[in-house]
Amino acid sequence: MSGGTSSRVSRFVPRNWSFAVLAVAVLLVPAFTRDTYILSIFAFMATRFMVVVGLWLLLGLAGQISLGHAAFVGLGAYGSAILVTRADVNPWLALVMSAVLAAAIAGLIGIPTLKLKGHYLAMATMGFGEIIHILLIQLKGLTNGTDGITGIPPLSLGPLNFSDPRLYHLLVWVVALIFFLLALNLTNSRLGRALQALRRSEVAAQSLGVDTSWRKLQVFMLSAVAASIAGSFDAHYVQFVSPDSFTLNVSVILVCSVVIGGFRSVWGAVWGTLLITILPEIIKRFNEDAVNLVFGLLIIVIVVLLPVKSGPLARLQLLLRGRERL
Amino acid sequence: MALLTLEGVSMRFGGLDALQDVGFHLHEQQIKALIGPNGAGKTTLFNCITGALRPTAGRVLLEGRDVTAWPAHRMCHEGVGRTFQHSRLFDDMSVLENVMVGRHARTSAGLLSAFLRLPRHRREEAESRQAAMDALWRVDLVDRADQPASSLPLGERHLLEMARALATEPRILLLDEPAAGLNDEETERLATSVRRIRDEGVTILLVEHDMGFVMDISDEVVVLDYGRKIAEGPPLMIQADEEVIRAYLGEELE
Repeated sequence: MSGGTSSRVSRFVPRNWSFAVLAVAVLLVPAFTRDTYILSIFAFMATRFMVVVGLWLLLGLAGQISLGHAAFVGLGAYGSAILVTRADVNPWLALVMSAVLAAAIAGLIGIPTLKLKGHYLAMATMGFGEIIHILLIQLKGLTNGTDGITGIPPLSLGPLNFSDPRLYHLLVWVVALIFFLLALNLTNSRLGRALQALRRSEVAAQSLGVDTSWRKLQVFMLSAVAASIAGSFDAHYVQFVSPDSFTLNVSVILVCSVVIGGFRSVWGAVWGTLLITILPEIIKRFNEDAVNLVFGLLIIVIVVLLPVKSGPLARLQLLLRGRERL
Repeated sequence: MALLTLEGVSMRFGGLDALQDVGFHLHEQQIKALIGPNGAGKTTLFNCITGALRPTAGRVLLEGRDVTAWPAHRMCHEGVGRTFQHSRLFDDMSVLENVMVGRHARTSAGLLSAFLRLPRHRREEAESRQAAMDALWRVDLVDRADQPASSLPLGERHLLEMARALATEPRILLLDEPAAGLNDEETERLATSVRRIRDEGVTILLVEHDMGFVMDISDEVVVLDYGRKIAEGPPLMIQADEEVIRAYLGEELE
């Protein structure tokens, strides 16, 4: 049975047909279309998916809310943009450096804020997101203010130039799928159980040997790294960054993606991402301004229709109340 | 040397003295009970011992080593396990997974192993599963392993809390009102489990209101009243103690 490369791979890749179907489906997209508009939606979906999976680990699994995650996407995007266009750093190195920076900042922010619960954590992370947004606008020497940074080159690797939308599609989806696979493995591990346990009761998790402060910080940093890498990819793909892409509004939509997909499984991140990226494109065809309106209505419908006591919103509500007492 | 020693432990919440100068010894393989009226400070004392709270004064010694105010997760690593008065099960996990969380302190796979399912992680997972099954066996819950924790009746929730704490391989197990809400048959089952666990080498400190259970199972009893220790001794001596009767037992013994 065991031994040989194929069984080695099958151990790393859980026998998970859903994952295989998802991977084959998205990787085959370029075989069916050359339409740059459609491909750009998919490219954006891949990076959004990475952010949402990271946020799902934080919010869905570990039960810690962040209303500032757009800022980590912004750190990645601006980190890459500045390092590549101003300092002539290799784009891949810049991506890694930005991710390390995002992890460090998440560590610094996380130490004081993750002690907070519920509304307080939501407000603290929101404040952090706003600070980064303001810095992106005000540090004009570094960020070029509201005009943003242009002329970011597309990614390339040896002979492969990822300015080709179909090639880029494969690259960004392979990265996103690998991250999703890692997240699936994580949820089904010692650390995944520890995070799920501390969501339910930090006191009980601690009594069973889980260093809850460290685990929360770890998953916060992990989700920041995922967001930062996604931001770097976006910056190279669009070849332009501006502060508008990293607002509170974006952070809220990210949290909504997790909530819509549900907390039960990391697969929720797939459905959440799908809905939150495809729906606006469909609505835009009818009326550009209707996007926010429809989103608002959608959230109301979800609030009304989903099971009040057990649905994801009820969980979010409990989480916001920070219900645990000693 | 005593396994666990409390010296002058006091806990003050604002103007309230929840514990005042509480001290006693817990010896290897003892079953010791902590009794007292509601609000006497029993659970607070548990929290002080297990690191969930930091006592405002006094010391907690584990085999002579000062462990006062060590964080709770570290106390677990040192072999102090506990259950909770109002059960804090992870209701969205299965019974087995609940107990597997208890293996956290005895396993070490990090982020990378978990991400990549490295051989070491897979080996640990298999061992955790086995150890968790063993713990379930010790409290007689093996046939519930794959059910959701939320589906258990109250009596079995207490047992599951015990199994979870046992999976951490404690030397000392603190049980907070394990018999609360149990019927006679369930209490009997609990007593059997507790004795078996003690016979396997675990020292037990328990808080309990069920006096029949306490007097039946304990080697020694400590009585708290308004945060002070008012008596300590074997069950028979406690039942005869004037002050204890006045403070707590009252007509129950008359």
